[in-house]
Amino acid sequence: MSELLTLKYTVHGDNFTGAGEASVSMKRELRQLGFDANVIRRAAIAMYEGEINMVIHAEGGEAEVIISEDRIEIILRDEGPGIANVELAMKDGFSTAQDNIRALGFGAGMGLPNMKRYSDDMRIETEIGKGTTVYMTILSDSPKNAL
Amino acid sequence: MQIKECTAARLAEELGLETVVSADPERRVCCGYAGDLLSWVMGRAPVDCAWVTVMSNVNVVAVATLADVGCVILAENAELDEDAAEKARAVGINVYRTAMPVFEVCAKIANRG
Ligand SMILES: Nc1ncnc2c1ncn2[C@@H]1O[C@H](COP(=O)(O)OP(=O)(O)OP(=O)(O)O)[C@@H](O)[C@H]1O
Ligand SMILES: [Mg+2]
Repeated sequence: MSELLTLKYTVHGDNFTGAGEASVSMKRELRQLGFDANVIRRAAIAMYEGEINMVIHAEGGEAEVIISEDRIEIILRDEGPGIANVELAMKDGFSTAQDNIRALGFGAGMGLPNMKRYSDDMRIETEIGKGTTVYMTILSDSPKNAL
Repeated sequence: MQIKECTAARLAEELGLETVVSADPERRVCCGYAGDLLSWVMGRAPVDCAWVTVMSNVNVVAVATLADVGCVILAENAELDEDAAEKARAVGINVYRTAMPVFEVCAKIANRG
């Protein structure tokens, strides 16, 4: 199906307080395009967790959102430290977040599990010392809209 | 947990909460959730809930808006950061505040009848 809009954001790594800007902006765009509230919510949650991970674990990165009628594709690219063990990182509760970050409410180790739970498809490419790219797809028509 | 549906402003009034940001007072609230770990809340808080927490930085506002939370209730007199208040006004998130501990706020919400 035809592409409606592509969004690109630079996510800064030095700014915990402004974090979430890209996700909030994407949500606004999806609303304007008239997407279903549940689809928007799933995309917003998945994007936010990925955006925050780039900020706290990878000193920032780039976000790209490709919006079509039937799907929202989110690509998050960073040049951070990479993820040593993706399977372990995906587990509920696994986190390497430091105390100063935990004090802000992060570090539950639920970000990647949330991304998996709320997207219809998720893929992680990562290389130690090079960076991480996360691909997520949120379908307009999905049983997950009932979540 | 489901609660008797009302507006955010109404809930705040019934519970005697202090209003910090009244950005969308007519916003519907129909359930409650409590928690301070942001991605836990992000993944589990139901749509249109009253979210009770002691976290009060700007990330709370981001989570509330992205997860479609109806209002944030800061317990234990947690004080909202000024940049967080500004953001809440900008994105339309209601924030209330109380000296009550989290458990007490939740009990009060549950017992409204
Ligand atoms: N973009 C990334 N670059 C490097 N490491 C990452 C990245 N994303 C996740 N990780 C690693 O995977 C772990 C688990 O990520 P996850 O998002 O599930 O939890 P968290 O970010 O630690 O805490 P939470 O998301 O609950 O606040 C992180 O602690 C970190 O070690
Ligand atoms: Mg995370």
